[in-house]
Amino acid sequence: MQEKKNISSFLQAFGKPLVAFVINLGYFSRFVAKSIYNCFMPPFYIKLFCRQFMNIGFYSLPVVGLTTLFAGMVIAIQTYSGISKYGAESAVALVVLISVTRELAPVLSALMVAGRIGAAMAAEIGTMRVTEQIDALVTLSANPFRYLIAPRIWAAVVVMPLLVLFGDVIGIFGGYVVGIYKLDFNPANYINNTMTNLQAIDVMTGVVKAAVFGFIIAIMGCYHGYRSKGGAQGVGEATTNAVVSSSILILIFNYLITEVIFSR
Amino acid sequence: MSDNKIEIRNLYKAFGKKKVLDGVDLDVKRGESLVVIGGSGTGKSVLIKCIQGLLTPDCGSIKIDGEEVIGTKKDIHQKMGMLFQGAALFDSLSVWENVAFRLLENGKISRRKARLKAIQVLRQVGLAPDVADLSPAELSGGMQKRVGLARAVICQPEIIFFDEPTTGLDPIMADVINDLIIESARGLGASTLTITHDMASARKIADRIAMLYQGKIIWSGTVKEMDKSDNPYLRQFISGSSHGPIKVEV
Repeated sequence: MQEKKNISSFLQAFGKPLVAFVINLGYFSRFVAKSIYNCFMPPFYIKLFCRQFMNIGFYSLPVVGLTTLFAGMVIAIQTYSGISKYGAESAVALVVLISVTRELAPVLSALMVAGRIGAAMAAEIGTMRVTEQIDALVTLSANPFRYLIAPRIWAAVVVMPLLVLFGDVIGIFGGYVVGIYKLDFNPANYINNTMTNLQAIDVMTGVVKAAVFGFIIAIMGCYHGYRSKGGAQGVGEATTNAVVSSSILILIFNYLITEVIFSR
Repeated sequence: MSDNKIEIRNLYKAFGKKKVLDGVDLDVKRGESLVVIGGSGTGKSVLIKCIQGLLTPDCGSIKIDGEEVIGTKKDIHQKMGMLFQGAALFDSLSVWENVAFRLLENGKISRRKARLKAIQVLRQVGLAPDVADLSPAELSGGMQKRVGLARAVICQPEIIFFDEPTTGLDPIMADVINDLIIESARGLGASTLTITHDMASARKIADRIAMLYQGKIIWSGTVKEMDKSDNPYLRQFISGSSHGPIKVEV
Protein backbone atom coordinates (compact mmCIF):
# COMPACT_ATOMS: atom_id res chain seq x y z
CA MET A 1 0.00 0.00 0.00
CA GLN A 2 2.79 2.39 1.03
CA GLU A 3 4.73 1.44 -2.08
CA LYS A 4 1.70 2.23 -4.25
CA LYS A 5 1.42 5.65 -2.60
CA ASN A 6 5.09 6.34 -3.22
CA ILE A 7 4.80 5.44 -6.89
CA SER A 8 1.70 7.60 -7.19
CA SER A 9 3.36 10.66 -5.62
CA PHE A 10 6.50 10.05 -7.73
CA LEU A 11 4.40 9.99 -10.92
CA GLN A 12 2.53 13.09 -9.79
CA ALA A 13 5.76 14.99 -9.14
CA PHE A 14 6.97 14.31 -12.67
CA GLY A 15 3.62 14.16 -14.43
CA LYS A 16 2.33 17.60 -13.41
CA PRO A 17 5.22 19.63 -14.85
CA LEU A 18 5.26 17.37 -17.91
CA VAL A 19 1.58 18.00 -18.61
CA ALA A 20 2.10 21.74 -18.02
CA PHE A 21 5.05 21.70 -20.43
CA VAL A 22 3.04 19.93 -23.15
CA ILE A 23 0.14 22.37 -22.71
CA ASN A 24 2.50 25.36 -22.95
CA LEU A 25 4.18 23.85 -25.99
CA GLY A 26 0.75 23.55 -27.61
CA TYR A 27 -0.07 27.19 -26.83
CA PHE A 28 3.31 28.28 -28.14
CA SER A 29 3.05 26.28 -31.39
CA ARG A 30 -0.41 27.70 -32.03
CA PHE A 31 0.85 31.21 -31.29
CA VAL A 32 3.79 30.83 -33.71
CA ALA A 33 1.57 29.42 -36.47
CA LYS A 34 -0.98 32.21 -36.00
CA SER A 35 1.76 34.86 -35.96
CA ILE A 36 3.37 33.60 -39.18
CA TYR A 37 -0.02 33.37 -40.92
CA ASN A 38 -0.93 36.92 -39.89
CA CYS A 39 2.44 38.28 -41.05
CA PHE A 40 1.27 37.66 -44.61
CA MET A 41 -2.31 38.87 -44.23
CA PRO A 42 -3.47 42.46 -44.84
CA PRO A 43 -3.77 45.09 -43.49
CA PHE A 44 -0.03 45.81 -43.22
CA TYR A 45 0.75 48.52 -40.69
CA ILE A 46 3.67 50.28 -42.40
CA LYS A 47 3.88 53.05 -39.79
CA LEU A 48 4.09 50.54 -36.95
CA PHE A 49 6.69 48.55 -38.90
CA CYS A 50 8.81 51.71 -39.34
CA ARG A 51 8.53 52.54 -35.63
CA GLN A 52 9.71 49.03 -34.69
CA PHE A 53 12.42 49.19 -37.35
CA MET A 54 13.80 52.33 -35.70
CA ASN A 55 13.46 50.88 -32.19
CA ILE A 56 15.14 47.58 -32.98
CA GLY A 57 17.62 48.79 -35.59
CA PHE A 58 18.66 52.39 -35.23
CA TYR A 59 18.59 52.57 -31.43
CA SER A 60 20.51 49.28 -31.13
CA LEU A 61 23.43 50.54 -33.24
CA PRO A 62 25.52 51.80 -30.26
CA VAL A 63 25.05 48.57 -28.30
CA VAL A 64 25.84 46.33 -31.27
CA GLY A 65 28.75 48.56 -32.34
CA LEU A 66 30.42 48.52 -28.92
CA THR A 67 29.87 44.79 -28.43
CA THR A 68 31.32 43.74 -31.77
CA LEU A 69 34.16 46.30 -31.58
CA PHE A 70 35.50 44.86 -28.33
CA ALA A 71 34.80 41.28 -29.44
CA GLY A 72 36.92 41.85 -32.57
CA MET A 73 39.72 43.43 -30.48
CA VAL A 74 39.74 40.54 -27.99
CA ILE A 75 39.83 37.93 -30.77
CA ALA A 76 42.84 39.68 -32.36
CA ILE A 77 44.79 39.66 -29.07
CA GLN A 78 43.82 36.07 -28.19
CA THR A 79 44.66 34.75 -31.65
CA TYR A 80 48.01 36.50 -31.66
CA SER A 81 48.95 35.26 -28.19
CA GLY A 82 47.87 31.73 -29.13
CA ILE A 83 49.59 31.34 -32.46
CA SER A 84 52.48 33.84 -32.45
CA LYS A 85 54.87 31.12 -31.22
CA TYR A 86 54.21 29.25 -34.49
CA GLY A 87 55.02 32.38 -36.51
CA ALA A 88 51.56 32.68 -37.92
CA GLU A 89 50.76 36.35 -37.25
CA SER A 90 49.28 36.70 -40.71
CA ALA A 91 46.47 34.33 -39.63
CA VAL A 92 45.19 36.93 -37.15
CA ALA A 93 43.25 38.80 -39.87
CA LEU A 94 41.72 35.53 -41.08
CA VAL A 95 40.67 34.39 -37.59
CA VAL A 96 39.17 37.79 -36.77
CA LEU A 97 37.30 37.79 -40.08
CA ILE A 98 35.84 34.29 -39.68
CA SER A 99 35.05 34.61 -35.96
CA VAL A 100 33.34 37.95 -36.35
CA THR A 101 31.32 37.27 -39.50
CA ARG A 102 30.29 33.69 -38.75
CA GLU A 103 29.76 33.79 -34.98
CA LEU A 104 30.53 36.84 -32.90
CA ALA A 105 28.61 39.51 -34.76
CA PRO A 106 25.38 37.52 -35.17
CA VAL A 107 25.37 35.84 -31.77
CA LEU A 108 26.52 38.77 -29.63
CA SER A 109 24.31 41.24 -31.51
CA ALA A 110 21.32 38.93 -31.11
CA LEU A 111 21.94 38.46 -27.38
CA MET A 112 22.26 42.22 -26.87
CA VAL A 113 19.10 42.91 -28.91
CA ALA A 114 17.26 40.14 -27.02
CA GLY A 115 18.09 41.92 -23.76
CA ARG A 116 17.13 45.34 -25.09
CA ILE A 117 14.22 44.67 -27.43
CA GLY A 118 12.85 41.26 -26.37
CA ALA A 119 12.35 42.63 -22.86
CA ALA A 120 10.76 45.85 -24.14
CA MET A 121 8.35 43.91 -26.40
CA ALA A 122 7.28 41.59 -23.58
CA ALA A 123 6.81 44.52 -21.18
CA GLU A 124 4.83 46.63 -23.66
CA ILE A 125 2.54 43.84 -24.88
CA GLY A 126 2.25 42.44 -21.35
CA THR A 127 1.12 45.82 -20.03
CA MET A 128 -1.38 46.06 -22.88
CA ARG A 129 -2.69 42.62 -21.92
CA VAL A 130 -3.16 43.34 -18.21
CA THR A 131 -4.72 46.78 -18.85
CA GLU A 132 -7.22 45.25 -21.35
CA GLN A 133 -5.77 47.20 -24.28
CA ILE A 134 -5.51 43.98 -26.31
CA ASP A 135 -9.19 43.24 -25.61
CA ALA A 136 -9.94 46.81 -26.66
CA LEU A 137 -8.15 46.19 -29.98
CA VAL A 138 -10.39 43.18 -30.62
CA THR A 139 -13.56 45.12 -29.76
CA LEU A 140 -12.44 47.81 -32.22
CA SER A 141 -12.25 45.19 -34.99
CA ALA A 142 -8.43 45.22 -35.12
CA ASN A 143 -6.62 41.88 -35.15
CA PRO A 144 -3.94 42.03 -32.38
CA PHE A 145 -1.74 39.61 -34.33
CA ARG A 146 -1.69 41.91 -37.34
CA TYR A 147 -1.55 45.15 -35.36
CA LEU A 148 0.93 44.23 -32.62
CA ILE A 149 2.84 41.11 -33.55
CA ALA A 150 3.31 41.12 -37.34
CA PRO A 151 5.05 44.56 -37.47
CA ARG A 152 7.44 43.48 -34.70
CA ILE A 153 8.30 40.18 -36.39
CA TRP A 154 8.81 41.80 -39.80
CA ALA A 155 10.94 44.60 -38.33
CA ALA A 156 13.12 42.18 -36.31
CA VAL A 157 13.64 39.79 -39.26
CA VAL A 158 14.54 42.64 -41.65
CA VAL A 159 16.67 44.75 -39.34
CA MET A 160 18.75 42.08 -37.59
CA PRO A 161 20.73 41.16 -40.75
CA LEU A 162 21.48 44.86 -41.28
CA LEU A 163 22.63 45.19 -37.67
CA VAL A 164 24.87 42.14 -38.10
CA LEU A 165 26.43 43.54 -41.29
CA PHE A 166 27.16 46.71 -39.33
CA GLY A 167 28.57 44.55 -36.51
CA ASP A 168 30.77 42.67 -39.03
CA VAL A 169 32.39 45.91 -40.19
CA ILE A 170 32.91 47.25 -36.66
CA GLY A 171 34.21 43.89 -35.34
CA ILE A 172 36.75 43.56 -38.17
CA PHE A 173 37.72 47.16 -37.58
CA GLY A 174 38.32 46.31 -33.89
CA GLY A 175 40.69 43.50 -34.95
CA TYR A 176 42.42 45.91 -37.35
CA VAL A 177 42.93 48.55 -34.63
CA VAL A 178 44.55 46.01 -32.28
CA GLY A 179 46.57 44.48 -35.13
CA ILE A 180 47.98 47.81 -36.29
CA TYR A 181 48.36 49.85 -33.10
CA LYS A 182 49.16 47.12 -30.57
CA LEU A 183 50.64 44.21 -32.51
CA ASP A 184 52.46 46.41 -35.07
CA PHE A 185 51.14 44.67 -38.18
CA ASN A 186 51.48 46.35 -41.54
CA PRO A 187 48.12 48.05 -42.30
CA ALA A 188 48.22 47.24 -46.02
CA ASN A 189 49.04 43.57 -45.35
CA TYR A 190 46.27 43.30 -42.75
CA ILE A 191 43.68 44.77 -45.09
CA ASN A 192 44.97 42.61 -47.94
CA ASN A 193 44.73 39.46 -45.76
CA THR A 194 41.21 40.38 -44.75
CA MET A 195 40.02 41.10 -48.29
CA THR A 196 41.64 37.98 -49.76
CA ASN A 197 40.02 35.72 -47.19
CA LEU A 198 36.64 37.41 -47.28
CA GLN A 199 34.08 34.91 -48.59
CA ALA A 200 30.42 35.42 -49.32
CA ILE A 201 29.46 32.24 -47.42
CA ASP A 202 30.87 33.64 -44.16
CA VAL A 203 28.91 36.87 -44.40
CA MET A 204 25.77 35.10 -45.65
CA THR A 205 25.92 32.65 -42.74
CA GLY A 206 25.86 35.57 -40.33
CA VAL A 207 22.99 37.20 -42.22
CA VAL A 208 20.89 34.02 -42.24
CA LYS A 209 21.55 33.50 -38.54
CA ALA A 210 20.60 37.12 -37.86
CA ALA A 211 17.24 36.78 -39.60
CA VAL A 212 16.45 33.61 -37.62
CA PHE A 213 17.58 35.27 -34.37
CA GLY A 214 15.43 38.31 -35.17
CA PHE A 215 12.41 36.05 -35.52
CA ILE A 216 13.23 34.30 -32.23
CA ILE A 217 13.62 37.60 -30.34
CA ALA A 218 10.34 39.02 -31.66
CA ILE A 219 8.27 35.86 -31.26
CA MET A 220 9.49 35.18 -27.70
CA GLY A 221 8.98 38.81 -26.65
CA CYS A 222 5.48 38.89 -28.14
CA TYR A 223 4.51 35.43 -26.86
CA HIS A 224 5.47 36.04 -23.25
CA GLY A 225 3.91 39.52 -23.30
CA TYR A 226 0.70 38.26 -24.91
CA ARG A 227 0.29 35.46 -22.37
CA SER A 228 1.18 37.53 -19.31
CA LYS A 229 -1.35 37.94 -16.54
CA GLY A 230 -1.60 39.11 -12.97
CA GLY A 231 -0.55 42.76 -13.10
CA ALA A 232 2.95 44.14 -12.59
CA GLN A 233 4.37 40.86 -11.31
CA GLY A 234 3.08 39.00 -14.36
CA VAL A 235 4.60 41.57 -16.69
CA GLY A 236 7.92 41.30 -14.83
CA GLU A 237 7.91 37.52 -15.20
CA ALA A 238 7.03 37.82 -18.89
CA THR A 239 9.99 40.15 -19.43
CA THR A 240 12.43 37.80 -17.70
CA ASN A 241 11.07 34.75 -19.52
CA ALA A 242 11.28 36.52 -22.88
CA VAL A 243 14.97 37.36 -22.44
CA VAL A 244 15.98 34.00 -20.97
CA SER A 245 14.07 31.87 -23.49
CA SER A 246 15.18 33.89 -26.52
CA SER A 247 18.82 33.82 -25.37
CA ILE A 248 18.76 30.03 -24.98
CA LEU A 249 16.99 29.55 -28.33
CA ILE A 250 19.52 31.84 -30.03
CA LEU A 251 22.38 29.65 -28.81
CA ILE A 252 20.59 26.42 -29.80
CA PHE A 253 19.69 27.69 -33.27
CA ASN A 254 23.20 29.07 -33.71
CA TYR A 255 24.52 25.53 -33.31
CA LEU A 256 21.86 24.04 -35.59
CA ILE A 257 22.45 26.54 -38.41
CA THR A 258 26.22 26.12 -38.12
CA GLU A 259 25.78 22.36 -38.22
CA VAL A 260 23.63 22.55 -41.37
CA ILE A 261 25.94 24.95 -43.24
CA PHE A 262 29.43 23.87 -42.16
CA SER A 263 29.17 20.22 -41.17
CA ARG A 264 30.11 19.02 -44.65
CA MET B 1 -37.85 40.31 -36.47
CA SER B 2 -37.44 39.45 -32.80
CA ASP B 3 -37.81 42.19 -30.22
CA ASN B 4 -34.50 41.12 -28.66
CA LYS B 5 -31.18 42.63 -29.71
CA ILE B 6 -29.19 40.10 -27.68
CA GLU B 7 -30.46 36.65 -26.67
CA ILE B 8 -28.40 34.50 -24.33
CA ARG B 9 -29.50 30.94 -23.62
CA ASN B 10 -28.06 28.33 -21.32
CA LEU B 11 -24.58 29.86 -21.26
CA TYR B 12 -21.86 27.94 -19.42
CA LYS B 13 -18.26 28.90 -18.80
CA ALA B 14 -15.82 27.33 -16.36
CA PHE B 15 -12.14 27.96 -15.63
CA GLY B 16 -10.77 24.59 -14.53
CA LYS B 17 -13.10 23.35 -11.82
CA LYS B 18 -14.52 26.81 -11.10
CA LYS B 19 -17.91 27.28 -12.74
CA VAL B 20 -18.29 30.99 -13.52
CA LEU B 21 -21.39 31.00 -15.73
CA ASP B 22 -23.75 28.17 -14.90
CA GLY B 23 -26.63 28.33 -17.37
CA VAL B 24 -27.22 32.06 -17.94
CA ASP B 25 -30.42 33.08 -19.77
CA LEU B 26 -30.67 36.77 -20.57
CA ASP B 27 -32.26 39.05 -23.19
CA VAL B 28 -31.47 42.65 -24.06
CA LYS B 29 -34.30 44.30 -25.98
CA ARG B 30 -33.80 46.81 -28.78
CA GLY B 31 -33.02 50.27 -27.38
CA GLU B 32 -33.09 48.92 -23.82
CA SER B 33 -30.57 49.74 -21.11
CA LEU B 34 -29.98 46.53 -19.15
CA VAL B 35 -27.79 46.61 -16.07
CA VAL B 36 -26.38 43.38 -14.68
CA ILE B 37 -25.51 43.65 -11.00
CA GLY B 38 -23.69 41.19 -8.82
CA GLY B 39 -20.81 40.92 -6.39
CA SER B 40 -17.14 40.73 -7.33
CA GLY B 41 -16.20 37.45 -8.95
CA THR B 42 -19.76 36.44 -9.86
CA GLY B 43 -18.98 36.31 -13.59
CA LYS B 44 -20.24 39.69 -14.81
CA SER B 45 -17.08 40.47 -16.76
CA VAL B 46 -16.93 36.91 -18.11
CA LEU B 47 -20.50 37.31 -19.38
CA ILE B 48 -19.68 40.50 -21.27
CA LYS B 49 -16.46 38.99 -22.65
CA CYS B 50 -18.35 35.93 -23.91
CA ILE B 51 -20.84 38.15 -25.77
CA GLN B 52 -17.97 40.07 -27.37
CA GLY B 53 -16.13 36.92 -28.41
CA LEU B 54 -13.16 37.70 -26.13
CA LEU B 55 -13.84 34.40 -24.32
CA THR B 56 -15.35 31.26 -25.81
CA PRO B 57 -18.18 29.79 -23.71
CA ASP B 58 -18.13 26.06 -22.93
CA CYS B 59 -21.67 25.73 -24.26
CA GLY B 60 -24.86 27.69 -24.83
CA SER B 61 -26.05 30.20 -27.36
CA ILE B 62 -25.57 33.94 -27.87
CA LYS B 63 -27.59 35.54 -30.65
CA ILE B 64 -27.35 39.13 -31.82
CA ASP B 65 -30.15 40.25 -34.12
CA GLY B 66 -31.18 36.60 -34.28
CA GLU B 67 -27.76 35.41 -35.55
CA GLU B 68 -25.59 33.05 -33.54
CA VAL B 69 -22.27 34.72 -32.71
CA ILE B 70 -20.41 31.89 -30.95
CA GLY B 71 -17.87 30.57 -33.43
CA THR B 72 -18.94 32.97 -36.19
CA LYS B 73 -16.35 34.23 -38.68
CA LYS B 74 -18.27 37.49 -39.14
CA ASP B 75 -16.90 40.69 -37.62
CA ILE B 76 -19.52 41.11 -34.91
CA HIS B 77 -17.68 44.06 -33.37
CA GLN B 78 -18.64 46.52 -36.11
CA LYS B 79 -22.02 47.03 -34.47
CA MET B 80 -20.63 47.14 -30.92
CA GLY B 81 -18.88 49.68 -28.74
CA MET B 82 -17.30 49.06 -25.35
CA LEU B 83 -16.26 51.23 -22.43
CA PHE B 84 -13.72 49.29 -20.36
CA GLN B 85 -13.39 49.49 -16.60
CA GLY B 86 -9.95 51.10 -16.79
CA ALA B 87 -10.80 52.82 -20.10
CA ALA B 88 -8.09 50.66 -21.83
CA LEU B 89 -6.82 53.57 -23.92
CA PHE B 90 -3.80 52.84 -26.11
CA ASP B 91 -0.73 54.43 -24.48
CA SER B 92 1.14 54.73 -27.75
CA LEU B 93 -1.55 56.86 -29.41
CA SER B 94 -2.77 60.38 -28.70
CA VAL B 95 -6.28 60.99 -27.35
CA TRP B 96 -7.77 61.79 -30.76
CA GLU B 97 -6.10 58.75 -32.35
CA ASN B 98 -7.65 56.61 -29.63
CA VAL B 99 -11.09 58.07 -30.26
CA ALA B 100 -10.79 57.80 -34.03
CA PHE B 101 -9.09 54.38 -33.95
CA ARG B 102 -11.94 52.52 -35.60
CA LEU B 103 -12.42 55.21 -38.27
CA LEU B 104 -8.71 55.02 -39.13
CA GLU B 105 -8.82 51.21 -39.08
CA ASN B 106 -11.70 51.14 -41.54
CA GLY B 107 -9.57 53.33 -43.82
CA LYS B 108 -12.54 55.09 -45.36
CA ILE B 109 -11.64 58.52 -44.00
CA SER B 110 -8.53 60.73 -44.11
CA ARG B 111 -6.56 61.40 -40.91
CA ARG B 112 -7.57 65.08 -41.04
CA LYS B 113 -11.27 64.25 -41.22
CA ALA B 114 -10.90 61.54 -38.56
CA ARG B 115 -9.28 64.09 -36.23
CA LEU B 116 -12.11 66.58 -36.76
CA LYS B 117 -14.70 63.87 -36.09
CA ALA B 118 -12.82 62.80 -32.94
CA ILE B 119 -12.75 66.39 -31.64
CA GLN B 120 -16.49 66.68 -32.30
CA VAL B 121 -17.21 63.52 -30.28
CA LEU B 122 -14.81 64.62 -27.53
CA ARG B 123 -16.88 67.84 -27.26
CA GLN B 124 -20.04 65.73 -26.89
CA VAL B 125 -18.53 64.02 -23.86
CA GLY B 126 -17.49 67.34 -22.37
CA LEU B 127 -13.83 67.47 -23.31
CA ALA B 128 -12.15 70.52 -24.86
CA PRO B 129 -10.42 70.23 -28.27
CA ASP B 130 -6.99 70.88 -26.73
CA VAL B 131 -7.23 67.47 -25.01
CA ALA B 132 -7.10 65.81 -28.44
CA ASP B 133 -3.32 65.92 -28.80
CA LEU B 134 -2.51 64.84 -25.25
CA SER B 135 -1.37 61.35 -24.36
CA PRO B 136 -3.84 59.20 -22.33
CA ALA B 137 -1.33 59.14 -19.45
CA GLU B 138 -1.76 62.91 -19.04
CA LEU B 139 -5.51 62.58 -18.30
CA SER B 140 -7.32 62.08 -14.99
CA GLY B 141 -9.41 58.93 -14.40
CA GLY B 142 -12.67 60.74 -15.20
CA MET B 143 -11.25 62.21 -18.41
CA GLN B 144 -9.96 58.79 -19.46
CA LYS B 145 -13.48 57.37 -19.00
CA ARG B 146 -14.89 60.15 -21.17
CA VAL B 147 -12.32 59.43 -23.87
CA GLY B 148 -13.19 55.73 -23.60
CA LEU B 149 -16.86 56.62 -23.99
CA ALA B 150 -16.08 58.81 -27.02
CA ARG B 151 -14.15 55.89 -28.57
CA ALA B 152 -17.07 53.55 -27.88
CA VAL B 153 -19.71 55.74 -29.53
CA ILE B 154 -17.84 57.38 -32.43
CA CYS B 155 -19.02 54.81 -34.99
CA GLN B 156 -22.60 54.94 -33.73
CA PRO B 157 -22.82 51.32 -32.60
CA GLU B 158 -26.11 49.49 -32.18
CA ILE B 159 -24.96 47.87 -28.92
CA ILE B 160 -22.78 49.47 -26.25
CA PHE B 161 -21.22 47.60 -23.33
CA PHE B 162 -20.18 49.37 -20.16
CA ASP B 163 -17.87 47.49 -17.82
CA GLU B 164 -18.03 49.06 -14.34
CA PRO B 165 -18.28 52.58 -15.83
CA THR B 166 -18.15 54.43 -12.50
CA THR B 167 -15.59 52.35 -10.60
CA GLY B 168 -12.74 54.46 -9.24
CA LEU B 169 -14.51 57.79 -9.76
CA ASP B 170 -15.71 60.26 -7.14
CA PRO B 171 -19.54 60.42 -6.77
CA ILE B 172 -19.89 63.64 -8.76
CA MET B 173 -17.75 62.43 -11.65
CA ALA B 174 -19.60 59.09 -11.50
CA ASP B 175 -22.88 60.96 -11.95
CA VAL B 176 -21.43 62.93 -14.87
CA ILE B 177 -20.42 59.64 -16.54
CA ASN B 178 -23.90 58.19 -15.85
CA ASP B 179 -25.51 61.22 -17.55
CA LEU B 180 -23.16 60.87 -20.53
CA ILE B 181 -23.99 57.17 -20.83
CA ILE B 182 -27.72 57.92 -20.86
CA GLU B 183 -27.30 60.78 -23.36
CA SER B 184 -25.05 58.79 -25.70
CA ALA B 185 -27.20 55.67 -25.64
CA ARG B 186 -30.49 57.53 -26.10
CA GLY B 187 -28.97 59.75 -28.80
CA LEU B 188 -27.93 56.69 -30.78
CA GLY B 189 -30.97 54.59 -29.90
CA ALA B 190 -28.52 51.86 -28.95
CA SER B 191 -29.14 48.84 -26.75
CA THR B 192 -26.78 48.88 -23.78
CA LEU B 193 -25.55 46.25 -21.40
CA THR B 194 -23.85 47.59 -18.28
CA ILE B 195 -22.22 45.54 -15.56
CA THR B 196 -21.72 47.22 -12.24
CA HIS B 197 -21.98 46.86 -8.50
CA ASP B 198 -22.60 50.59 -8.05
CA MET B 199 -26.31 50.69 -7.18
CA ALA B 200 -26.60 54.47 -7.63
CA SER B 201 -25.33 54.10 -11.16
CA ALA B 202 -27.58 51.07 -11.81
CA ARG B 203 -30.69 52.95 -10.61
CA LYS B 204 -29.88 55.92 -12.81
CA ILE B 205 -29.09 54.25 -16.12
CA ALA B 206 -31.16 51.05 -16.06
CA ASP B 207 -34.44 50.38 -17.86
CA ARG B 208 -34.15 46.89 -16.43
CA ILE B 209 -31.83 45.28 -13.88
CA ALA B 210 -30.73 41.63 -13.70
CA MET B 211 -28.85 40.08 -10.82
CA LEU B 212 -26.13 37.50 -11.43
CA TYR B 213 -25.30 35.17 -8.55
CA GLN B 214 -23.31 31.94 -8.64
CA GLY B 215 -23.31 31.93 -12.43
CA LYS B 216 -27.08 32.32 -12.86
CA ILE B 217 -29.48 35.21 -13.36
CA ILE B 218 -31.49 34.94 -10.15
CA TRP B 219 -33.70 37.99 -10.59
CA SER B 220 -34.61 40.58 -13.22
CA GLY B 221 -37.00 43.51 -13.35
CA THR B 222 -37.32 47.29 -13.42
CA VAL B 223 -35.91 49.60 -10.76
CA LYS B 224 -39.40 49.96 -9.22
CA GLU B 225 -39.82 46.18 -9.12
CA MET B 226 -36.37 45.90 -7.55
CA ASP B 227 -37.34 48.21 -4.70
CA LYS B 228 -40.48 46.15 -4.03
CA SER B 229 -38.83 42.75 -4.44
CA ASP B 230 -38.51 40.46 -1.44
CA ASN B 231 -35.82 38.31 -3.05
CA PRO B 232 -33.39 37.88 -0.11
CA TYR B 233 -30.28 37.86 -2.33
CA LEU B 234 -31.33 41.07 -4.08
CA ARG B 235 -32.33 42.73 -0.80
CA GLN B 236 -28.97 41.92 0.75
CA PHE B 237 -27.07 43.16 -2.30
CA ILE B 238 -28.87 46.50 -2.62
CA SER B 239 -28.71 47.14 1.12
CA GLY B 240 -24.99 46.30 1.10
CA SER B 241 -25.32 44.14 4.19
CA SER B 242 -22.80 41.47 5.11
CA HIS B 243 -25.60 39.42 6.73
CA GLY B 244 -27.87 37.34 4.54
CA PRO B 245 -27.87 34.44 2.12
CA ILE B 246 -24.89 35.76 0.12
CA LYS B 247 -21.81 34.52 1.90
CA VAL B 248 -18.59 36.41 1.27
CA GLU B 249 -15.45 34.31 1.30
CA VAL B 250 -12.94 36.05 3.57
